Amino acid sequence: MELLYTREHEWIKIDGTTGVIGLTEYAVRQLGDITFVELPEVGREVRQFQILSSIESVKAASDIYAPLSGRVTTVNEALDTHPEIINEDAEGNGWLAGIEISEPAGKKALMIREEYDEYLRGLP
Amino acid sequence: MELIFEKSVAGRRGVSLPDADLPRTTELPENLLRRKAAPLPELSELDLVRHFTNLSRRNFSIDTNFYPLGSCTMKYNPRILEDVAGLFAGFHPMIAQLPGGESYTQGTLGVIHELGALLCEITGMDEVTAQPLAGAHGEMTGIMIIAAWHRARGNKKRFVIVPDSSHGTNPASASMMGYEIVTIPTAPYGDMDLDLFKKAMNSEVAAVMMTCPNTLGLFNPHVREICAIAHAHDALMYYDGANLNAIMGKARPGDMGFDIIHLNLHKTFATPHGGGGPGSGPVAVKKGLIPFLPAPRLTKSSDGNYALEPHNPLSIGRMAGFYGNFGILARAYAYIIMLGREGLIRVSEQAVVNANYLKSSLKDYYDLPYDLPCMHECVFSAARQLQQGVHALDIAKFLIDRGFHPPTIYFPLIVKEAIMIEPTETESKSTLDAFIAVMKEAAELAAKHPEALLQSPEKMPVARLDETRAAREIKVCCPLL
Repeated sequence: MELLYTREHEWIKIDGTTGVIGLTEYAVRQLGDITFVELPEVGREVRQFQILSSIESVKAASDIYAPLSGRVTTVNEALDTHPEIINEDAEGNGWLAGIEISEPAGKKALMIREEYDEYLRGLP
Repeated sequence: MELIFEKSVAGRRGVSLPDADLPRTTELPENLLRRKAAPLPELSELDLVRHFTNLSRRNFSIDTNFYPLGSCTMKYNPRILEDVAGLFAGFHPMIAQLPGGESYTQGTLGVIHELGALLCEITGMDEVTAQPLAGAHGEMTGIMIIAAWHRARGNKKRFVIVPDSSHGTNPASASMMGYEIVTIPTAPYGDMDLDLFKKAMNSEVAAVMMTCPNTLGLFNPHVREICAIAHAHDALMYYDGANLNAIMGKARPGDMGFDIIHLNLHKTFATPHGGGGPGSGPVAVKKGLIPFLPAPRLTKSSDGNYALEPHNPLSIGRMAGFYGNFGILARAYAYIIMLGREGLIRVSEQAVVNANYLKSSLKDYYDLPYDLPCMHECVFSAARQLQQGVHALDIAKFLIDRGFHPPTIYFPLIVKEAIMIEPTETESKSTLDAFIAVMKEAAELAAKHPEALLQSPEKMPVARLDETRAAREIKVCCPLL
């Protein structure tokens, strides 16, 4: 099990060839109360750092990017009716989607927790 | 306040209509006939007048309060423009569309054509279409024109570049038309990072969309270079005219190198807006793009007659019925004529002076992430107030209680706890000073008694609304009685 982060504040929990994707607590704090989550379509092929889906909060609508390339295998349907789960547990029950990873080499472009924390400290 | 349906009393009428003396028709198909009466409110004329008058008194508008909503240019709408628009109220919009109908509508067509000529002069472009009904509609029209131009040249293009400070409608419009969006981060000088832009630029880029000055109220010093780089890759430069109020008569997008621009008549040219319209988003283009403009094109012949040109094979087609929102076009035309060249220059100067006055008056009280001379608007951050638990939203709510419409908040997205203020040229120094005093009061309260801000507003017809719940539990239908 491996947990990696993007500069756009997504996390991916990797188990073998599958990964579960979500938004970091930092991102969710910036967004404020989440009001709507657009879940990606199961079966869709996504490219690393391309748009996976989008999310709306009381402040803004934002895109969510795929941390790695792959095929969407599962989505967190509970978010459809209860987007607040993301506010309550962004890095756990607030996961967004699971993917079958097609290009694990993309991991090189992601950060481990310590690197992500360091990156956050550098943000304004 | 009761809904109009709740005030309904069975049988009450505003007007009494005589009984129909014609037989009831039975020719309509059964499935189109109404089985029970429509649930309309039943009120007397006086009930109705009181209902809407009372509603209007709860309205917060440019007619009642200072309205410094950033990137929206909420300037005063001179009342004489209403009279001017009213002069055309009797014309039926279909007339010009009928065969030979142009000869009966030379005056209205003339207004549209002459307005187009003035907008060309202001923007440095060659021709205008007045069809688009709002800014975002203009953007969509613009991107369709860009796509048609590339297709006609046999270009294969995939991408549209936008800065991360752009209006959300820019990437949305380009994306709707099938382009992939490339977003360029903002550099410390407050505009699209030139080096990153150069790296992102390639032969598959269809267009670069820029707002100049941008949503931070800053003018991009590299704009000519950006245009040159884009053109070298056979990409077109798109100018989002939302912030044109800052540069009228001072600089022209066409001279900077832009190929296509949409204008927001309802912002820059003083026509009413807010509350959903009607807007008007004419699109102006350089010569090479004229064949792709929406049909029908409005032309002026050598004998001075206006005509609607039949469909041009390269045109992207019709973008709106009739001629766009004509009432808005007539108001904008009158506004430009009334102010003239010198007047428009003074508009821009005063708008910029007012914004800089606000910026320098408040910079000790709020963080200013990009502390540079601004154009028509400036963007503060409530990051300092956030340390006391006060968000930009709380400050906005407090301003309502003090009689000011809040500025734009949480936009542009690149500024944390953004407060984006655009005073426009139509406000007096005393109004600006009153606003500054309340903003200072909010900053002082945030530092000493943050809890006082969290309950605002308290003096309005409705107190603090639960915006999160309103967005999560959407109920937009009122159950009819």
